Amino acid sequence: MKVKRSIAEINEKIKTGKVVVMTADEVTAAVKEKGLVEAAAAVDVVTTGTFGPMCSSGVFLNLGHPQPRIKLGDAFLNGVPAYAGIAAVDLYLGATALPPADPANRNYPGEFIYGGGHVIEDLVAGKEVRLEASSYGTDCYPLKKIETGFHLSEINEATLYNPRNAYQNYNVAVNLGEKTIYTYMGILKPGMGNANYSSAGQLSPLFNDPLLKTIGMGTRIFLGGGVGYVAWHGTQHNPSAARGENGVPQGPAATLALTGDLKQMQPRWLRGLSFLGYGATMQVGVGIPIPILNEEIMGYCAVSDDDIFAPVVDYQRAYPFRESGNLGLVSYAELKSGSITVQNKKVPTASLSSYAGAVEIANALKEWIEEGRFSLTEPAAMLPSVDAGISLNTMPRRDPENQED
Amino acid sequence: MIKQKIVLRFPPHVVEQPTIYHLIKDFDLMVNILRADINPKKEGRLMMELSGSESNYQRAVEWLQEQGLQIINLEQQIIWRSDLCTHCGACTVICPTEALMFERPAMTVRFAEEKCIVCELCLRACPARAMETLVENANFG
Repeated sequence: MKVKRSIAEINEKIKTGKVVVMTADEVTAAVKEKGLVEAAAAVDVVTTGTFGPMCSSGVFLNLGHPQPRIKLGDAFLNGVPAYAGIAAVDLYLGATALPPADPANRNYPGEFIYGGGHVIEDLVAGKEVRLEASSYGTDCYPLKKIETGFHLSEINEATLYNPRNAYQNYNVAVNLGEKTIYTYMGILKPGMGNANYSSAGQLSPLFNDPLLKTIGMGTRIFLGGGVGYVAWHGTQHNPSAARGENGVPQGPAATLALTGDLKQMQPRWLRGLSFLGYGATMQVGVGIPIPILNEEIMGYCAVSDDDIFAPVVDYQRAYPFRESGNLGLVSYAELKSGSITVQNKKVPTASLSSYAGAVEIANALKEWIEEGRFSLTEPAAMLPSVDAGISLNTMPRRDPENQED
Repeated sequence: MIKQKIVLRFPPHVVEQPTIYHLIKDFDLMVNILRADINPKKEGRLMMELSGSESNYQRAVEWLQEQGLQIINLEQQIIWRSDLCTHCGACTVICPTEALMFERPAMTVRFAEEKCIVCELCLRACPARAMETLVENANFG
C-alpha cells in the first residue's frame, strides 16, 4: 500500500482541525479525476448516508417507578402495544407495532395511520406520550393499573436499538400480476406499472465498505440525527450473497444492528411512516464515516452508481411465495435516472429511501467531523464478512400431527 | 381565450339543476369534467376545466355565483406539506399527471399544482402522509 493511515492519526487531525473529509458522492468524482492513490493520500474520511424505511427498529425505555411501584404487564404507549416481558418498568417499543384497535387490512388496503414508529417520532419531538398499563400485582410491585402521560425528558433511559438497519443493497420491486398490490416496497401497479427501489446507491454506507473492512462493532455513527454506534451485525446478515468483481453484493446482503441514546436524536431523522396495505414503520437516518486507511479502502469508496446492481423481483408471486430467480439486474444509475428496462418494457422507477435525505446526512456528518465534534472509533470487534460461511435459513414448517422430523 | 381549472361546490338545492348545459349553451364555454361527486348530504362537487372567451367566462362565473354555487381555484385543493415531505419519491410513480415529480439530479420532490387533477391518489400513497386535502373534501369520495 502506498498510503497508510491509522484511525488515531485521523483523530489527531480532527482535533487540530486539519482533517479532510468528503462525502461518498464527492469522492467518487475525486477518484475519477485524481486517481486512487492521490485521492487516498488527500482524503482522511469519507462520509456516507441513508434515510430509508427500516422496519427492524425500536426503542428500549425505562419509565422510572411510580409510587407505589408497578410491574408493567400489558402496556400501551399512545395506544400502541409495547413489549413488557423484561424488568418492571422497562419496555421495548417496536416501529411496526399497531394499536389493537387498528383495522389493519380488514378494510383493504389498510392505512396504518399510527404505529410504533409514530410514537417514537412523537417522543423525540418532545410531545407527551400516554401510558396505559395493567399488571397482576405482587408484594413488591402492588400497583395493578396506571394511566398517565410522560415526556422523553422525564424518563430514565430511551435507547434506540435497531436490530436490522442499513441493508447493503435491496430488491427492486415490480408487480407482474393484473391487480395493484400494496407492499413494504410501496404501491406496485399491475403489469410492471412501476419499479420501486430503496437505497441511496453510491452514497449508502455498506456500499462503501462492501467487505466490512472498517465498519465493526463500536463504530461511531450518525443515527437519527444524533450520535449512535454499531452494536452488532444486523439480523438476517448475509455477507455470503453473490457479489460482483468489485466486491459489491448484487442483492440484499450485510445488515447492521445500531444503537444510541434517543434523547439526543431529532424527529426529522426518525419518522413514523404508513405504508398503504402493509403497515406502519419508521424512516431512519443513518450516516457512517469510512476511515481511508489506505488506497484499497478508497477504492471501495470510489464505487459509482454505474457499478452497483440490484435484482428486479416480482412481488406479486416470486417474493411472497419464495420462488427463486429474478427478472435481471439493473444499476443504481439506471434506477436513479427515472426508468429502467425490464423484459423490453420501459418501467418508471421510484425510491422509498430518500436520496436528498442521504445527501443531507452525509454532509451533516462531514461537518461534525470537520468541526471536531465527532471523532472516529476503532471497532471493538469486526463483523462477519464473506469468509464467515453464513447462509440464511428458512423457517421449517412441521406438521404438528407428524413430529418425527 | 381563457382556460381555467375550477371546483364548483353545489348546495343541495341546486344539485339537480342542469348547470353544465347552461355553461355550454348560454356562455359558449368548453367543459372538460375531471371529477364529479355528490355526498350523502346531497352537496355536489364538480372539478373541471373551462375554456372560452374571457368575457363569456366572466359572465358565466357571475351567473354561477348568482345560482348559489361556490367557485374555487382547483390548484388549492391538494396541499403538499413540504415540512413533512421526506423526498423519497414514492408518490411520483403514483401521480397520473406528473404533478408530483422528481427534480434531478437533486432528487427532490416538486409539486406542480397546475397539473394536479385532485384524484387524491397521493394522499394514501405518501408513507410520511405529507399530502393533504381540504377539510371540505372529506365528505366526498
